[in-house]
Formats: sequence, structure tokens, C-alpha cells
Amino acid sequence: MVMKTEPLVLNIGPAHPSTHGVFRMRATLDGEVIIDVEPIFGYLHRGIEKLAEERTYQQFIPLTDRLDYVSAMGNNMAYCMAVEKLAAIPVPERAEYIRVIMAELQRIASHLIAVGSFLNDCGAFMTPILYMVREREKIVDLFEMVSGQRLTYNYMRFGGLSQDVPDEFLPALRKFIDQMPRYLDEYDQLLKENEILLARTKGVGILSKETAINCSMTGPMLRGSGVPWDLRKADPYSVYSRFEFDIPCGARGDSYDRYRVRVEEMRQSVRIIRQAMEQLPVGPVRSKTPVMLIRPPAGEVYSHVESPKGELGFYLVSDGSIAPYRCHIRGPSFINLTALREMIVGWKVADAIVIFGSIDIVMGEVDR
Amino acid sequence: MVTFDLVFPAWQFKGLPPDWPGGFWWHFIVFSIIILAFVLTLVIMFIWFERRTLGRMQARMGPNRVGPFGLLQAMADAIKVMLKEDIVPNGADKLVHLLAPLVAFVPVLMVFAVMPFQDGAALVNLNIGVLYVMAVSSISTLGIFMAGWGSNNKYTLISAMRDVASVVSYEIPVVLSLAGIVLLAGSLSLNDIVRSQAQSVPFVLLQPLGFIVFFLGGMAEINRSPFDLLEADSEIVAGFHTEYSGMKFALFYLAEYAEALVLSTLVATFFLGGWGGPLLPPWLWLIVKSWAVFFVLVWIRATVPRVRIDQLMTFSWKFLFPLALLNLVVTAVEVVAWPEALPVLLIPVNIAVGAVLVILLSRNFKPGGSQVEA
Repeated sequence: MVMKTEPLVLNIGPAHPSTHGVFRMRATLDGEVIIDVEPIFGYLHRGIEKLAEERTYQQFIPLTDRLDYVSAMGNNMAYCMAVEKLAAIPVPERAEYIRVIMAELQRIASHLIAVGSFLNDCGAFMTPILYMVREREKIVDLFEMVSGQRLTYNYMRFGGLSQDVPDEFLPALRKFIDQMPRYLDEYDQLLKENEILLARTKGVGILSKETAINCSMTGPMLRGSGVPWDLRKADPYSVYSRFEFDIPCGARGDSYDRYRVRVEEMRQSVRIIRQAMEQLPVGPVRSKTPVMLIRPPAGEVYSHVESPKGELGFYLVSDGSIAPYRCHIRGPSFINLTALREMIVGWKVADAIVIFGSIDIVMGEVDR
Repeated sequence: MVTFDLVFPAWQFKGLPPDWPGGFWWHFIVFSIIILAFVLTLVIMFIWFERRTLGRMQARMGPNRVGPFGLLQAMADAIKVMLKEDIVPNGADKLVHLLAPLVAFVPVLMVFAVMPFQDGAALVNLNIGVLYVMAVSSISTLGIFMAGWGSNNKYTLISAMRDVASVVSYEIPVVLSLAGIVLLAGSLSLNDIVRSQAQSVPFVLLQPLGFIVFFLGGMAEINRSPFDLLEADSEIVAGFHTEYSGMKFALFYLAEYAEALVLSTLVATFFLGGWGGPLLPPWLWLIVKSWAVFFVLVWIRATVPRVRIDQLMTFSWKFLFPLALLNLVVTAVEVVAWPEALPVLLIPVNIAVGAVLVILLSRNFKPGGSQVEA
């Protein structure tokens, strides 16, 4: 007897424990197997790009914090670099070093959340993410020291930083950097070789090199597929060319590789911060630029940084006025979602969650 | 009154002191109260213990506000849950939705009818105890399936399907792993099993393989992590109890922990010598042993990720099932060949055989599962 079956349409999200915000997947299931998936987003759309046109250049900095709110420092830096390029504003050396330290700390913080929630999606009941949040808390404390904020820092300005780091910052940073490798070992000890984790993630959600490049993926997604592309090396901005670090790469492009790439990147970030602290010069942290209003010459500029999730780019068009004529943001979270369907179709519901978790998106950046 | 019908013919008045007043009804009432008190108190303690232990393992505090060490947190939760609105979703099958928590919870209590708290002290010393335990404990599955089906929700339906699939496949290795014990003890009665352990050694030493299979299979049957697929919160929200609130949800919650208690007490009874032990009173030994087993459950939950549904099935059919079969064969041969063998001789042999079999099977075990061509 042949039973008549029909596919089941299952809405995963927008209010679901592991859609990391308000992402929604409309999945068509055949039993447990996903035969089609359609990503639907826009639930967090705030029109940030349009808001940029309604504000002065300076006023837009706090809004960049709200893009990828897990890595606000990186967004600040990317936007400030774009405006500095547009208006040709110099940045003092000390400010560049502190920016790099902040960006790398932010990368560690963002990856901690990414890896932690990925492992949580695999079903490790809260333990890894709580361990990682414990360390993220220390980074957030450091950010609070320099900017007074714990999530949206609004720390960078055109031509430097809003203020120099306080005296107690560097000793605290030194302490954290000395501790961090041990904590990373602890996470690895907990789950790196776990049989169940390997069974759940090895070979699951393979993203081939070609697909990754064709979908213009960046960040740990691309590196997990084995393409050693990192803007810090490929197009060195700020003072990254002065540091020694490696680009960790995966081999197969599965979820496990992406998880490992993120963990290794944290180790590299620790390395970069250590070098930056050694080389940190003294001097001003802000060049002499008009504080409130800048009028960049008419023209356009694209500037990008390697944010924790990939290439974060700001495209600005200026008409010579106090506000950008157009601001476009290349959000890596959004573009990394391109291959979602290819990766998920054919896997089971549980795998879909794991694969989705391994992409590491933040809805603030996807919907903007 | 299924218990009553089932146990009445088999009931024997031998576990109590001879001068115990009254007849069957006294015994019935007293033991019902003992069982209720035992289960509910221990379940509340287990909930507290799990939350506190998980807290310690996860670098946080756990509940610590209500009462000393947060001991009264469960009471506070109970009051909260009773005051909550009872929501029945649109399109739900109201009767099934209402009955499901009861069907899930009551069988768990019924298992304790044959549980010996000390020598001969059980509601009934059933001579087919093992069979009764296995049969009754799987009725809960029906309750979970009713919840999943009756809620008119796709997540709960997926969860219900997963539960039925996992219980159907894990019953077999679990029952087979107990067959080895029955062979050794020569009886299906739980009390006789404990008694024969008190005379020789705890069966965990004589049946290491059976212990592993029973423990892992039991974990899968009561849906403890890493086999907690039907309430996999990261995948299918809350699984079968997604659409439950108020007291109905509380019953599911109680049933879940009562099942963990059942597994812990069963492992203690079958493998760790049950009520047997020096110095402490027998019932306390049972609690201590169950608590130790429950600690391992919590420990595992705090550590490992969750398996996938196909890996769950593979693990049962390709790993636990052959292991349980081989264990049964080895035990049967031993029982027939050396019926009078001393435990001192059998323990090293069985542990060695168990280790070799586990290593061989796990070498060749592939959890499997791959992308399906769409």
C-alpha cells in the first residue's frame, strides 16, 4: 500500500528560540527533511540607510552602533574610516592603534556570542554560551571603561576617538589578554572533540569554495570554505600591516569548520592585541577637525573593514552638504545569508538550525 | 484503579510486620501515601538539585532567593503555575488536550507500585515486576503523543512523532538489557532482584554491558539530554508542551522529572543494589543511589550537545541493540555453563567482555545521516 503524503509547511520564526532575532524561515518539510526553505526578513527594518541622509555625518555614528549590535565598535570604525576617506581627515597614530585594539576585542566578543549560540543551537544546554558570556562580560567591562557604554559604544569620531583610554584600561586589558588563551583552551576542552558535536556538525551544511565566492560571501563563512581572504591582509587598512597574524581556514566548508575558524580567529585577535599594546605610541587621539559639522567635498567613496562577520562596507555619496546624499551599507550578515537555501535543503530540521547558527547573523545588520 | 485490578490477585501480605493492623486496604492506603510522598518530594528536590547543579556547572548561581539555598523555588513555581491562565489553542482537540498530561503523569507514578523501598516493602511485590515496569512506563508515550496531536500545532506534532519513534526503538535494547539481570537473579520480581544483589554483588559489576545499555536507553526513553529531541528548544521550541500552560504544563513538567526519578530508581534497583547497603536505613540507601544516578544525568545534560533524530535511531538499532543481544547471549552462556561460579571470577570476565564489545562496536559505529537529494 502506498500512503499518500504531502509536504508540511513549517514556519521557523520570526519568534523562535534559535533564529537569533526576528529571522523567519518558511520551511517545507517531508517528514523531518527540509525540501525547500525560503528566508523572509524585514521584521527589524528601521531604515538606517535613509536615516543617514537625514542627519549630519557626525550624528550618524550612534546609528552605526545599531547595525550589528554585537560588534558596535567595528561598525563605528568602518563608518569613520569611510568619512575620513571622503573628507581626507588624518588620524593620529595612537588613535589607529586603539581602534585596532577595540576592533579586535570586539571581534573576540562577537565570536564568543557566535560560537556560544552555535553550540547552543547544537543542543549543548547553555553551558558553552554561559562560559563564553562570562568572558564577553570582561570585554564589555573594558568597553565601558573607555566609552561608558556596554552595548552601543559611540566611541569613535572622525579623525580619531571621542577620548583617550583611561589609565586603568591598559592594565585591565593586559590581564584579560593574559587570561583569554586559557579560556579558549577551556572551551576547546569542553566540546572540540565531542563525538556528538562532530556527528552533528562535520559534513553538515557544506558550502563549496565556488558557491562561497559566487555568493560574494566574506568573513568566517568564506574562510571556513578554505579561501584565505581577510581584508586585514588582502587590503590592509588602519595599521594592520604592522602586525603578525595568520588567517585560519577550514578545509571542507562545513559547520564544524566555520566553528573552528571562529575559535582560531579569537586566538589570532589576542595575538594582534598583544602586539598593538606593545607598539602603542603616545600622542593625541584625535586630529584637529571641526567637531560638529563637516562638509566633505562632493564625490563618492567606498570603504570596508573586516568585521567579525565579514566585509562591512560603507558607500557614501556626498554632495558637499552637511549630510550624505546617499549611504549604502554592505552588511556581511545579509550577504552571507545568500547561500542559505543551498546549504539547508536536504538536511533535517535539526541540521537547519545548526547550519543557520553557523552562519552567525545579527538581524540588526540584515534588516538595517 | 488499574493498579488495584492488576495487583490484587498477586498481592501477598508478607512485607509488613505480622502485627500490622488491618488488611489489604491499610496496606494499599499507607503505601499509596508513601509513594506519593516519595515521588513528589523527590521530584521537587530533583528539580531544585538539577537547577542548582546546572548553575554551578555553568558558572552561575542557580535559584537562591526563595528559602534557604533556593529550596522553596519549586513551591513558588508551583503557586505561580497554578495561578496561570489555562489556554487551549484554537482548533485543538479539547478532550485529548486535557487528558494528555494525565496520561503522561499517572503511569510514572504507577511504576512505583512495585518499587521495593526495603526488603519486601512495596505496594505490591509483583512476581512479574520487570515486565510491569517496562509495560507501564511506556504508557507515558501515549500521553506525549496525545499532547502533540491534540494541540493542533506543527511543532508539537513533530515532537510527538519523534517521541513515538524513539520510544519504539529504545524499548527493545532496554528490555533486552534487563533480560541479563533476570537471568542472574532468576526472578522477575524487583524485590528478588535486589535481594539477590544483596547476597552477591551489585549487578553493575556482573552486568556492565547491561548497565550501559539500560542507562543510555533509559535516557533516550525519558528524553533526557543528549536525547531530548522532543523538547529540543533550539529546534522545535518546547516540543509537545508548546501549547500548554498552567497546571497542565506543570503536570508535564512533573512527569518529566518523575520519569527521571523512575530511571534513577530503576538503575539503582536493578544495578546498584537497590535498598541494600550498610548502616543507613534501606529506603535512604535507595534515595542516595537514585540521587547519585540523577547527578550523572544532570552532568551529562550540562555537557553534551543533542543528537539528531536519525542518529538517535542509528544509535539504538546499530549500537545498543547488538550490544544488548550480545550481552544476553554472554550472560545466558555464563548462567548455564557456570551456575555456581563466584562473582569474583565473573566480574573481571564480564568487564573485559563488555569493554571489548563496546570498543569493537564503537569502532565500527557510524552515526551516519547525510544530505538527502531534493
